[in-house]
Amino acid sequence: MKTKKRVYYTLIGLYGVFLVYSWQFDFTLGKIIGRNFFDFLFSMITILPVSFILIGLFEVWINRETVEKHFGHASGYRGYLWAIILSGTTVGGAYVAFPVGHALYQKGARLSIVLTYIGSAALTRIPMTIFEATFLGPKFALLRLGVSLPLVVLAAMVLGRLFDHKKS
Amino acid sequence: MEWLYGFTLFALLLSLFKSREKTYRSLRVALEKLLAILPSFTLMLIVVSLSLYLISDEIVVRYLGGDRILQSGLLGSLLGSITIMPGFVAFPLSALLVEKGVSYTAIAAFTTTLMLVGLMTLPVEAEYFGWKLSLTRNLVSFFICLSIALIMGFFYGELVL
Repeated sequence: MKTKKRVYYTLIGLYGVFLVYSWQFDFTLGKIIGRNFFDFLFSMITILPVSFILIGLFEVWINRETVEKHFGHASGYRGYLWAIILSGTTVGGAYVAFPVGHALYQKGARLSIVLTYIGSAALTRIPMTIFEATFLGPKFALLRLGVSLPLVVLAAMVLGRLFDHKKS
Repeated sequence: MEWLYGFTLFALLLSLFKSREKTYRSLRVALEKLLAILPSFTLMLIVVSLSLYLISDEIVVRYLGGDRILQSGLLGSLLGSITIMPGFVAFPLSALLVEKGVSYTAIAAFTTTLMLVGLMTLPVEAEYFGWKLSLTRNLVSFFICLSIALIMGFFYGELVL
C-alpha cells in the first residue's frame, strides 16, 4: 500500500515536471497534453467535491437498516429497480459511480445491486440517453437502451453471485 | 448539473438544521474520502491527457470506417475501452462518424465500451472494489458491449446471418 502510493506520487511528480518544462521551452506536444489534463481536471472539479459531500452525508445520516432493506439481500427484484432509478441521478461518468457504489456496498447493499447501479450509471442513464437520441436518433438510443438494460442486470447478477462474500 | 448543486446545498442545510455535529462529521468523511482517492484520480487524469493526444478524432474516423462491419465493430470496442470521453463529446463525434459512413455497429461498439469499460479508470475502480472484481467486471462488460453492437448491427441490417 505504502509503496504503491509512492509510485503514484513519483509518476505524478514526473508528469508535473514534464508539464512545467513543456511550458518553459514551448514544447507543443507537452502543452497540448497539459491542456487536455486541465480541461478534464476542470470538468471533474465541478462534479467530484459535490458528489463526495453527498457521500459524506449519506455515510453519516443513512442508517444501515434502510440500505439493507432496499438494496440488501431481502430486497429481491425491487433492489435492482431502485439501483436503476438511482443511477439516473448520477452525474459524470463511471468514476463518480464507483465511490457511490462503494458507499452503498459498505452500508449493506448486495454486490449484484451495486454492480447494477454502476453498469446502469454508465449505460442506461436517462439524461445521457436523451442526449444520445438528439445526436444519433431516437431509434438508435432506444434500441441501445433496450438491449443494454437486461444485459447489464444479468451480468451484475452473475458477478454478484461470484464475488459477494457477505452471503446471508 | 445545476440540480446537483441545488440538491447538495439543500441536503447540507437540512443536515445543518438537524445537527451541527453530524454535518461536521459528514464533511470530514467527504474530505477524507476525497483525499484518499486523489492520487489514483490524478494518475487517471494523466493517462487520459496522454491518450486524448494519441487518439485523435481523425484516428477514430480512420479506424471505424470501412465496409468490414465486424472488424470495425471490434476496433470500435477496443478504442472505446481504452479511451475516456465525456458523453457531450462522444455523441457529437458519433454523429459526425455516422455522416462519414461509419456503421451503426461500430458506433454502438464504440459508445457503449466508452461508458461501460474503462481501462483508464481501472486503478480507481480497483481502489474501491479490488483488482480481481474490477478486471472481471471490465472483461464481462467488454463482451456485453460486443453483444449490444452485434444486436444493433442486425437491427440496422448491417449484419446478416
